Amino acid sequence: MFRFSKPLFVFALFSASTVAIAFENYQGVGRPATPAEVKAWDIDVRPDFKGLPKGSGSVERGNELFEEKCASCHGSFGESNEVFTPLAGGTTKDDIKTGRVKGLSSGELPQRTTFTKVATISTVFDYIQRAMPWTAPKSLKPDEVFAILAYLLNLQEIVPADFVLSDQNIGEVQKLLPNRNGMTTDHGLWPGASAKKGGIGNGGKPDTANKACMKNCKPDVLIGSTLPEYARTAHGELRDQNRSFGPVRGTQTLGPEAAKKAADAGTLDLATKSGCMACHGVKSKIVGPGYNEVAARYKGQTDAETRLIAKVKAGGQGGWGSVPMPPNAHVKDEDLKTLVQWILSGSK
Amino acid sequence: MSEIDKQPGRLRPAPENFLSEEQVKAVGSGRRDFLRKSFLAAGAALATPIAARASEGDSNILQNPPWTTSLGQPVATNAYGMPSKYESQLLRRESPGLARVGGASVSFAPLQGLFGIITPSGLHFERHHQGWHDIDPSKHRLMVNGSDDSLLKKAKVYTLDELMRLPSVSRIHFIECGANTGLEWGNVAVPTVQYTHGMLSCSEFTGVPLKVLLEDCGVDYKKARYVLAEGADGSSMTRTIPMEMVESGEVFVAYGQNGEMLRPENGYPLRLVVPGVQGVSWVKWLRRIEVGDMPYATKDEAVHYIDLLPNGLHRQYSSIQEAKSVITTPSGGQTLLDKGFYNVSGLAWSGRGKIKQVDVSFDGGVNWKTARLEGPIQNKALTRFNINWVWDGSPAILQSRAIDETGFVQPTYGQLRKVRGVKSIYHNNAIQSWKVVESGEVSNVQVL
Repeated sequence: MFRFSKPLFVFALFSASTVAIAFENYQGVGRPATPAEVKAWDIDVRPDFKGLPKGSGSVERGNELFEEKCASCHGSFGESNEVFTPLAGGTTKDDIKTGRVKGLSSGELPQRTTFTKVATISTVFDYIQRAMPWTAPKSLKPDEVFAILAYLLNLQEIVPADFVLSDQNIGEVQKLLPNRNGMTTDHGLWPGASAKKGGIGNGGKPDTANKACMKNCKPDVLIGSTLPEYARTAHGELRDQNRSFGPVRGTQTLGPEAAKKAADAGTLDLATKSGCMACHGVKSKIVGPGYNEVAARYKGQTDAETRLIAKVKAGGQGGWGSVPMPPNAHVKDEDLKTLVQWILSGSK
Repeated sequence: MSEIDKQPGRLRPAPENFLSEEQVKAVGSGRRDFLRKSFLAAGAALATPIAARASEGDSNILQNPPWTTSLGQPVATNAYGMPSKYESQLLRRESPGLARVGGASVSFAPLQGLFGIITPSGLHFERHHQGWHDIDPSKHRLMVNGSDDSLLKKAKVYTLDELMRLPSVSRIHFIECGANTGLEWGNVAVPTVQYTHGMLSCSEFTGVPLKVLLEDCGVDYKKARYVLAEGADGSSMTRTIPMEMVESGEVFVAYGQNGEMLRPENGYPLRLVVPGVQGVSWVKWLRRIEVGDMPYATKDEAVHYIDLLPNGLHRQYSSIQEAKSVITTPSGGQTLLDKGFYNVSGLAWSGRGKIKQVDVSFDGGVNWKTARLEGPIQNKALTRFNINWVWDGSPAILQSRAIDETGFVQPTYGQLRKVRGVKSIYHNNAIQSWKVVESGEVSNVQVL
């Protein structure tokens, strides 16, 4: 066995203890970032507006941009609940004065919107800039972000219709946010230093204090809630979400008919997503033939599935009239198979 | 499903009890097709060799099956091995109606069928904020910079080649979404443990402690008390992490997961591991670390991942996942096969350290017994517990209660709602109850 001489051993200990702080030790690892690189990626905007780019944008310009780039998901007035939870609404003039959204505690608010929650305007600027629009994140220029934010602030009746938001006046707007005083950090769930020590929160003190009682812990068992019947079946056939062997079985939640119905609904959904339902109806002709007609024509033909898959994939013209069917190369083979089998088996 | 079909391998009592009570009833009620099928089945049984008859034993024993009497497949038939074709039921699944866009949704891990503490990488729960990508690792970069120049000697850029040269650690940790069990704050809403608790997974992660990188860049710990982590996806999701956790060596930049590289859905090729903290802070596709002197109030800590209290205030920067447990077998949406012995099994975890004890109740929390913990018990990792149970066929309510090394005891729904109301969405760590009825069906209930 190799034995260290004493001085060498001391030296080894010394260098081990300095490894963590002397960055020269990781030679060949990493390189300095160039100023242009840091500028390209360091786009965050903090609550003190460090990182905020220079620029400005009007409510009017914001309205145009919002209609063009945002409204399809969020609705023209940021009110839509179709794709995401609403951005705007739910606050009052009084909330703007107090900085606390009253609806949050009174129960009058049917649903929280972004502006009923957010306490820092920097957050909204930062997120529009880094992540919006949904399918083209980071494509907005700073002036466009200012404009869209100005429009949202106007929807919320925080700024007037002729307002121009800029890096110069955003700090003033912060003072008008309806829920600016609505946050608390007085809790035990921050894993760093406490507020007393310059950090956040109460230093990890929990807000519940259950006891580990073992015997006769309560006089009776109060059931507060049970699974509603609709929720029992809303997640599909539970039998098929468990192994078919082992100590238990998944509970059968759908009968065979319901299972077929669910499968049909799933396939109809797939057909809609794949774009089929734009031209075909299940029971009726639209541009192309109804699926009932297709099933009837191919009935009893043993190679129907293969032929139909090939037809749907490649597209074609003449079989059902003069309107051509476009090729459908975007549909995955397995999906194509599911769809064709569904059509041939009498889709519903 | 008849009793017989439910329990293969049990010998059929023949011939006078050939039809189960259920089947006899079906015949009596005029469903003659049942009888026809039974006779067809009987005909099939007669056609097989006499050895297969139930009176002599199980045909699966008396007659060697094909896999015992033929040649199997060669090595590397599947160059990347896949689960058995009989395991197709256990999949990541979405909860209908939870999100309307797949790119900003959740898929839940099938906890009801998993064993031990490691989540198979392909079944790890998913939560994306703007969809996932399969990033080319040769083009991925990690930048470390400061919110101003005084916090760091030099901003640096690292490639995967370089990060993977550095001293690495491998640690097993749980990751739980802050919104796990969030659907259940007000009332029971979903049927199975997959949907109540499935935003939970546990893996062995491998990577480089973040402090190694920060010190390599010459961080000034006196001034830089916060870290901002940022992803490379479209949302470039950001979260604030306290420097205390980084300095402790706990936080690391991971590339490995369960012996292989991270899966794309879990952040390939680089993600942050922040043990004990909700999943949103474990930034995936990690591209940038900024050290700063104040928290950042990013979208996911100023609009979402804030906990609404009854007084209308929101708790901000709530991060730790407190002690929690759940019984996974038997659990909601399952049915017990029969009376008799069961190994009741579940998971316990705490964002504040190790699990010290798990107690299980079979009577809705009146009396409790301490369960066996399967070791080794690790810091901020899932811990598997098991306890024996003989079900006598009468109704029961099963619960589990975790206690962590700080002495914190997992709360009841009543206790939690008393301080936080029912609209918090995040950080629901209440004791879960599963009700068992005479038929053996297990369902989700809430005991106050």
